[in-house]
Amino acid sequence: MSIPLEHDYIGLSEAPSMERASDKISSASSSTISSESEKSTALNLRETELRLGLPGSESPERKPQLGVSLFGKDLEDKTNGYSLGSLKGFVSGAKRGFSDAIDGSGKWVFSVNGGSEVDLGKGAKSCMPGPAMKDVAAPSSPKPVQEKKPQASAANEHASAPAAKAQVVGWPPIRSFRKNTMASSAKNNEDAEGKSGLGCLYVKVSMDGAPYLRKVDLKIYCNYMELSSALEKMFSCFTIGQCGSHGLPGRDGLTESHLMDLLHGSEYVLTYEDKDGDWMLVGDVPWEMFTESCKRLRIMKGSEAIGLAPRAMEKCKNRN
Amino acid sequence: MAYSFPEEVLEHVFSFIHTDKDRNAISLVCKSWYEVERWSRRRIFIGNCYAVSPGIVIRRFPELRSVALKGKPHFADFNLVPDGWGGNVYPWIAAMAMAYPMLEELRLKRMVVTDESLELISRSFKNFKVLVLSSCEGFSTDGLAAIAANCSGRFSEESRISSFDLLSFATFFLSNQTKRYNRFELKPACEVDIGSPISLIPDFAHHWCPSTFPAWPPRCPSLRTLRLNRAVPLDRLPNLLRRAPQLVELGTGAYSAEHRPEVFSSLAGAFSNCKELKSLSGFWDVVPDYLPAVYPACSGITSLNLSYATIQSPDLIKLVTQCQNLQRLWVLDYIEDSGLDALAASCKDLQELRVFPSEPYDMEGNVALTEQGLVSVSEGCPKLHSVLYFCRQMTNAALVSIAKNRPNMTRFRLCIIEPRTRDYQTLEPLDVGFGAIVEHCKELHRLSLSGLLTDRVFEYIGTHAKKLEMLSVAFAGDGDLGLHHVLSGCKSLRKLEIRDCPFGDKALLANAAKLETMRSLWMSSCSVSFGACKLLGQKMPRLNVEVMDERGRPDSRPESCSVEKLYIYRSVAGPRSDMPRFVWTMKTPS
Repeated sequence: MSIPLEHDYIGLSEAPSMERASDKISSASSSTISSESEKSTALNLRETELRLGLPGSESPERKPQLGVSLFGKDLEDKTNGYSLGSLKGFVSGAKRGFSDAIDGSGKWVFSVNGGSEVDLGKGAKSCMPGPAMKDVAAPSSPKPVQEKKPQASAANEHASAPAAKAQVVGWPPIRSFRKNTMASSAKNNEDAEGKSGLGCLYVKVSMDGAPYLRKVDLKIYCNYMELSSALEKMFSCFTIGQCGSHGLPGRDGLTESHLMDLLHGSEYVLTYEDKDGDWMLVGDVPWEMFTESCKRLRIMKGSEAIGLAPRAMEKCKNRN
Repeated sequence: MAYSFPEEVLEHVFSFIHTDKDRNAISLVCKSWYEVERWSRRRIFIGNCYAVSPGIVIRRFPELRSVALKGKPHFADFNLVPDGWGGNVYPWIAAMAMAYPMLEELRLKRMVVTDESLELISRSFKNFKVLVLSSCEGFSTDGLAAIAANCSGRFSEESRISSFDLLSFATFFLSNQTKRYNRFELKPACEVDIGSPISLIPDFAHHWCPSTFPAWPPRCPSLRTLRLNRAVPLDRLPNLLRRAPQLVELGTGAYSAEHRPEVFSSLAGAFSNCKELKSLSGFWDVVPDYLPAVYPACSGITSLNLSYATIQSPDLIKLVTQCQNLQRLWVLDYIEDSGLDALAASCKDLQELRVFPSEPYDMEGNVALTEQGLVSVSEGCPKLHSVLYFCRQMTNAALVSIAKNRPNMTRFRLCIIEPRTRDYQTLEPLDVGFGAIVEHCKELHRLSLSGLLTDRVFEYIGTHAKKLEMLSVAFAGDGDLGLHHVLSGCKSLRKLEIRDCPFGDKALLANAAKLETMRSLWMSSCSVSFGACKLLGQKMPRLNVEVMDERGRPDSRPESCSVEKLYIYRSVAGPRSDMPRFVWTMKTPS
């Protein structure tokens, strides 16, 4: 059924999502983050797995071993690698931040899933790194990039602020929790309209026949398979009819047939509009190139995909 | 000596006297009153846990039921106190476990509370009712679970597990542990703070669903306060409100969802049902479309905390102007001057205003919030007496206006974000402005300064601020004279905290005696030499002079070298014994 050449980037033969998650974490980690995630256990990987539910859906059962430990105790050691400045410049905060905050003790419980469901499930306009981001930041009491004021501060009345100012410890006098919450909320505001900000890249996803659109953050995924899986979940409610006829597999992982059926099979084709305004078939170019050029996604009815992707159309016909 | 009244009568009379100040005064009258008073005192507040030892407290007050303790200095909130500094509550718990088996309440602030301590609390006090941990750290949900498990059956109607502010948090509901501690579904509690916006949320969000906790929150007619965690989604809120329509204080979870009319109307309906609601907070990740759902409840709202709500001025104005009875507002600077104008026009009962910066590290400033906003509110709100205001520009004229408009001001904390900022119109220091504040506001008991300030402002403060109890100073002053003015002039001063000011030895040594009348003095990045600290420590046996220096032993440097941080506090317990490696107490030669 699969034609490896065409589906290179979607990767039919790739490992199940759990290991994918670890790749995602490590590949996506911003260089400013210290690599404490190496100690992540399989357990933790499961927790970092993206689970995109529709609004109101529940997060799956949590592993019992994940208790909670409190910031003051466990995270103080971690602060060294952090600075508030770098926190602001995070690449797509939540998911990465979460992995970095995990320490080997497995005592952390983060709001990734609950939070990510809430955030992504609603397809909100704002790019929200999600509570996990704040969870990371808040407890670590990050010490801002320090510039110690000289102890005998000169009573220099002409001292004026230089343009590029390093942060002074404890100034302005804002509590750590508020500092960190606002740092991540500020990111939300900047990227609200899906501009390609540092942190996220939200693009609209429309599906023919669906009453409303969704938005996804392309930066969260590192390959087509993840994107497909996410879209599948997002739009599953509109394809129940079709899914049913193919026999719905266990939803935990991806199955080739389901994926193919949904997106390239019987009815739908996943396409995107690139920077030039052309509608392209998803899957032809390397993932990175795709994320850079994709402006919006459209799940197109197969019947409309004429001329867009002749091979895809052929597949449709073959299936039917 | 004949007693006028039998002790029982005295005791009965004293039972009507509640404030610490009055109780302390009573105990000074004569020995017999001292004795009666100390046996009948039930509550105590210890503002500095190192000022006294557990043993001393227990010896004097054998029948306490409620203890409040504070640990770290206030500047710990801004990361100025290194970790490991101290403030561990365990020695207190251990001592009280033996001495006060009937202890009911414990309120801790800025202390290190380990799981061990919590477990000890849960085992030791049969009648325990109230635990409040503010800005504490060091514990995990294990500790809280111990409290909940062992105290649960004994929590009475008044019991509550309160929220954990700041550094450390745990939610009351653990994922799997909740299954073991099912019985404390907070049925008896009247205040539930599923507090921390920070952590543990997914478990809560997950487990709090109809199938796991069908009756949660239980129909708890005494539930008055409920603050949800950030990850509790908005669509759960209506249901919850319907189960607890008698709520007085509500903290929402996430206040965003896709706009769905049925969720909106359900929410609006639920809010209109909450007739007792007085306080709203939360509003995490707010989506403005859903704000109008709150309007039905607004007329009763007296306290509104929007300080995490990243919504813009127009939406803020619409919400705030609905709350005609508002007394307290915490908000981000997105409200801008226009919003504050609207506030001044609509909320005539406003008493407290806090405006927080949305982008504190942005040098440019992102919002149209200036000194004018504060002036408007001071003009329009006659009851305004408590202000915390972050802004980027200020003038002396504005401060003078505010001072004249609001002579009833009691707490005035102004933070101009850039240190040493001048009056932007006249380019002068802001001495005159703050001078007007202390001169006109005779009841002022808390003041925080910012902007460019010379010794003159301290002269004004020393001259006029006779009721000032707490003063916070940063990047101000010219020399020792400034500090001298404050220490010699402010009669009521209890807490003084200073950072990055050119204050040195002379003022400190000249006013050494004053320090014994205060709770504490903090000085960091100033010019106090190690030699002066030693001298102070030697001369003042009832002061603990603690030098904090992460560069290493202070005596490895010349005595004239300034110390990094200095924390001086009066104590009857002598130097403490739990200092970390970067803290040295200047000892009195014995």
